Amino acid sequence: MFTRTHYKLERHTIGFAVAIIVVSAIGGLFEIAPLFTIDETVETAPDMRLYTPLELAGRNIYIREGCYACHSQMIRTLRDEVERYGPYSLAVESKYDHPMLWGSKRTGPDLARIGGKYSDAWQVAHLYNPRDVVPQSVMPAYRWLARNKLRTEDLGRHLIAQRRVGVPYTDDMIAHAEQDAKAQVDPDSDNAEGVSERYGEATHVRAFDGNPRDVTEMDALVAYLQILGRLTDAAYQNKDKGE
Amino acid sequence: MISGLTLGERQTAVCLSLALLVLGVIFAGAGQGDPLGVHGFIIAAYAVVVMGAVITGYYAPAPGADRLTQYYDDPTKFGIIVAMLWAIFGMFVGDWVAWLLAYPDMTFDAAWASFGRLRPVHTTGVIFGFGGNALIATSYHVVQRTSRARLPDQLSPWVVLIGYNLFCLLAVSGYLIGITQSKEYAEPEWYADILLVIVWVTYFLLYIRTLARRQEPHIYVANWYYMAFILVVAVLHIVNNLAVPVSLTEAKSYSLFAGVQDAMTQWWYGHNAVAFFLTAGFLGMMYYYLPKRAGRPIYSYRMSIVGFWGITFFYMWAGSHHLHYTALPLWVQNLGMTFSVMLLVPSWIAAGNALMTLNGAWTRVRDDATLRFMAMAAVFYGLSTFEGSFMAIRPVNSLSHYTDWTIGHVHAGTLGWVSMIVFGTFYSLVPWMWKVERMYSRKLVEWHFWLAMAGTLIYVFAMWNSGIIQGLMWRTYNDGGTLAYSFVDSLVAMHPYYIARAVGGFLFFLGPVIGLYNILMTIRLSRETAGTGIAEMPVVALKAGE
Repeated sequence: MFTRTHYKLERHTIGFAVAIIVVSAIGGLFEIAPLFTIDETVETAPDMRLYTPLELAGRNIYIREGCYACHSQMIRTLRDEVERYGPYSLAVESKYDHPMLWGSKRTGPDLARIGGKYSDAWQVAHLYNPRDVVPQSVMPAYRWLARNKLRTEDLGRHLIAQRRVGVPYTDDMIAHAEQDAKAQVDPDSDNAEGVSERYGEATHVRAFDGNPRDVTEMDALVAYLQILGRLTDAAYQNKDKGE
Repeated sequence: MISGLTLGERQTAVCLSLALLVLGVIFAGAGQGDPLGVHGFIIAAYAVVVMGAVITGYYAPAPGADRLTQYYDDPTKFGIIVAMLWAIFGMFVGDWVAWLLAYPDMTFDAAWASFGRLRPVHTTGVIFGFGGNALIATSYHVVQRTSRARLPDQLSPWVVLIGYNLFCLLAVSGYLIGITQSKEYAEPEWYADILLVIVWVTYFLLYIRTLARRQEPHIYVANWYYMAFILVVAVLHIVNNLAVPVSLTEAKSYSLFAGVQDAMTQWWYGHNAVAFFLTAGFLGMMYYYLPKRAGRPIYSYRMSIVGFWGITFFYMWAGSHHLHYTALPLWVQNLGMTFSVMLLVPSWIAAGNALMTLNGAWTRVRDDATLRFMAMAAVFYGLSTFEGSFMAIRPVNSLSHYTDWTIGHVHAGTLGWVSMIVFGTFYSLVPWMWKVERMYSRKLVEWHFWLAMAGTLIYVFAMWNSGIIQGLMWRTYNDGGTLAYSFVDSLVAMHPYYIARAVGGFLFFLGPVIGLYNILMTIRLSRETAGTGIAEMPVVALKAGE
């Protein structure tokens, strides 16, 4: 019976094409569409803060260098992972991540809670040559990050694009994007206060690579690494230890 | 190849490449100071090369009207060669990065040479460069034969191939200079994505226009799969790449989705790129070339139907198994696991249908390395789909995820299944296309087969070992109740397996090098014996249900 029906269907090109579209669309509609409408999918975290322009630039360097190919940012709800890396990741922690960087492979360790675990100096030394601080490491050396000046004049446009996809950057943040990026590495400058005003008192304002005058790509990447897992306390209030 | 085009087609080709040149120059100018500008220069240079090729052949005599009585195979020939070049390039980079994991200092202090930038060069090079060109080239061949109809025009197959390879070139060069969206297997930025949409629409129209001209009342099963490949990849590509560019003169964009929704969309895309790029398309290839080479009709029409619709329906639910135990809601994880397990049924129906087709031709599998490539491909397809369903079960996944086991699984599929079906197909197709009796050297085909087998097995066994050891070390506890191993301990334990994997990969890489030589020598042979070779293969298509 069904072979006979199919025998007719395969005589019609357009009908067959439509059938493929319909049959293949069902799975995605059932699994993806509800994620946008069911409120419990993403927890609420009133203390959730935004990436500063410098941290966002660092995140873009993380993407550019393909760090996600070897490092995940998603601690699973398993006991050994919670003990190794910290409280398991919540959906809200990446709600402003366009795109998410959960990763799929751990050639190196998970980085979801790396922020604050090591000093800036350690991160800089490690990125400069990982084997100086971890002799067995197989991570590439990223020396050029210390040499490259960070491009800052386009950061305002980046914040505008972020706002278009739903991240609540204010006009004030957009107008001061370039200034804030420079001030975040120069705590003694007049503009440093503005960074904390706009992005919260917990924002790290310091010379990440040790030099407050130039904003390098190293500054940006280390600023980003130091904020990972620190955008909200929601996960730390969760006492569930995992399976 | 230009001599096959009519004068009008040559003029349109010049105009199109001129338009591309203008676009490249605009990008180069507007994107100054941004990596986009570099891509402008690459687009312009590419356009100049294409235009140069057309103009060089511009004054060749126009083809006669008798061309319309023959199939149009020039694009297929071009696609075969380009696919082999991408295979060599992509596999070389793959093996290089495999060595980098054992010896990480081979990066010349250069950004482009670091693992993170080279890894997508490998994946894009082999999946889209090698796999994609092989699919496009063979689909042109298959759709004409099974429809007993010529391609409706001679220009659009070239637009698809030239445009598609420009996309691959932009992708690969982009990673090296730091342009990426970071979405795995969808890394190219917004402008390259738009280019691919244009190419893909042209491809789909070309395909259904050919089918509309068919002399056969029924659409053969190979075309169902090629159609599913074209249609579903279009949907996946468009949805997953929705993004807002920072500006029209900058390469960078921000994905429309964030966090958990982005993760689900990405792995809905990622897993179905495996399903409809690396599976459906190549099943289409298998359903035509395996019965042809074996000289046996497809074993079961009913199994063809059930396998096809099962794969088309079930696969689309399976993507969430990439996100087990994450912040993705549990109900989606469980749906993904359930459908992944059910997926084994249509997968094994398709693999079984292929192997049963070989019943009565097993002596040929023994003697003919080309057919053996296809038979082993079906076996590896069955094995890796079983492994995939197994790894999608949550407790298994808790061990395997994030480890090298996943890498081993992927390569069992891509080396064992995808590459082997392509090589078997090419070794059948090249003599047909260039009208010679057989490949230049059967012995080299035999060598290629055994290099591919050895390479695949070494690779997969190394990754099984390293993956399972890694997974176990991460979760092992002392008697005292604390974790037994540091992360670095597990990394040190990987070193011998990383070397073994790189050796296996090298053996596999030698295969296409030998293969390209063999194909080029076959083409030379065809020039020497021009006119005396065998005639066109029989035009009567295999009918569905035979």
